[in-house]
Amino acid sequence: MVELVDQTPRTKSLVLDVPDWKGHRAGQHVDVRLTAEDGYQAQRSYSIASGPEDDKLVLTVERLDDGEVSPYLVDVLQPGDELELRGPIGGYFVWEESLGGPLLLIAGGSGIVPFRAMLRHGIATGSDVPLRLLYSSRALDEVIYRDELREAGNANGVDIELTLTRDAPSDWNGRRGRIDEQMLDEVAWAPAEQPLIYACGPTGLVESVADTLVMAGHDQGRIRLERFGPTGT
Amino acid sequence: MSPISRGFLGRRHPVDDPSRVPPGQYVTTDFPVLSAGPTPHTPLEEWTFEIAGAVDQPASWSWDEFLALPAETPTVDIHCVTKWSKLDTSWKGVSVDTLLERAGTEAKWVTAFCDGGYTTNLGLDDVSGGKAWVAYEFGGAPLEPEHGGPARLLVPHLYFWKSAKWVRGLRFTPADVPGFWENYGYHNHGDPWLEQRYQGD
Repeated sequence: MVELVDQTPRTKSLVLDVPDWKGHRAGQHVDVRLTAEDGYQAQRSYSIASGPEDDKLVLTVERLDDGEVSPYLVDVLQPGDELELRGPIGGYFVWEESLGGPLLLIAGGSGIVPFRAMLRHGIATGSDVPLRLLYSSRALDEVIYRDELREAGNANGVDIELTLTRDAPSDWNGRRGRIDEQMLDEVAWAPAEQPLIYACGPTGLVESVADTLVMAGHDQGRIRLERFGPTGT
Repeated sequence: MSPISRGFLGRRHPVDDPSRVPPGQYVTTDFPVLSAGPTPHTPLEEWTFEIAGAVDQPASWSWDEFLALPAETPTVDIHCVTKWSKLDTSWKGVSVDTLLERAGTEAKWVTAFCDGGYTTNLGLDDVSGGKAWVAYEFGGAPLEPEHGGPARLLVPHLYFWKSAKWVRGLRFTPADVPGFWENYGYHNHGDPWLEQRYQGD
């Protein structure tokens, strides 16, 4: 690992220099394996936050208090330390320019991570695919990649919508509350425009977003889901 | 040989019995949900289960007919490729052996097909001989849609992506045809005890 970047109080980005990295597609993940001195091992999957065109591999990890691997990655690992990776893994929850759009990305919490890779891929390739991101966080200081997302939202054809579900500052001019039918209706393209939709986040959010979109008439074959996080539902 | 992770102690699980928890897995008590697309909601009156493809006698059951088949109540350990294992899960369902009794086949491969378009491939040896069920109850209650209800395949000796949710039938094929995740880099067989997670394992 070459650099550690604070994103939120609970979340850090690990910038990695991976010899012989064969490249990845936006949305793929890696398995990280930790080995204790006595040989005990633990492994978990983490989405890749960097775009295929970036020269360093980036993972963004949220610290789960009862986790085994994430507290180590966020609190203990230091620049210069070695990390064992396997990947890239996964070939369905990926987006590349050739898949087209319009592209609707819906994230909850650290579910934003694979979408950063997709955003960066779209920007790096000069894609003209219209892109909308709807990203739900509990509070402003939990918004991961806040500055980067604000900047991305200035690009042509890129629309970034943030919603805060718990605490919003009084001068907050983004959206408030959980992602529901009305918010999706306002943000999503109509089913007739056949958007390609990706949703990533906690199971409750992903299930309800997917159900709502299918009920609204979106083609279930164009809705791709990924869930993560503490295993509780 | 894996490098030592400086300062990593690990949160050991004293309860993890290595004879029941495969390498690289950890035990969880909840029941995570993983699926690639939206949860289908097929009305039971439209639901059927089919034995199709290279069989002597194709078969199809309605929901009521399926519930009338002899059921079993296996208690098994399940292992997800995303590293969690869940022990002593109790199910109710129909053994695939029972479903195959009247079909008859020389085919050695099976594709499980599902609402929502998901597929997974299995060898006949992996779904016969008391190793696989089509389950419609979990923990004494109807199987919830997000966990694959009304019915899912249950093949506990393989990673759980082989236990296809929302299963609607088994199609027998003379040759092995990779299914959904098998086409996306996951292992063709998926034995957790051999850590067959991804292609090449």
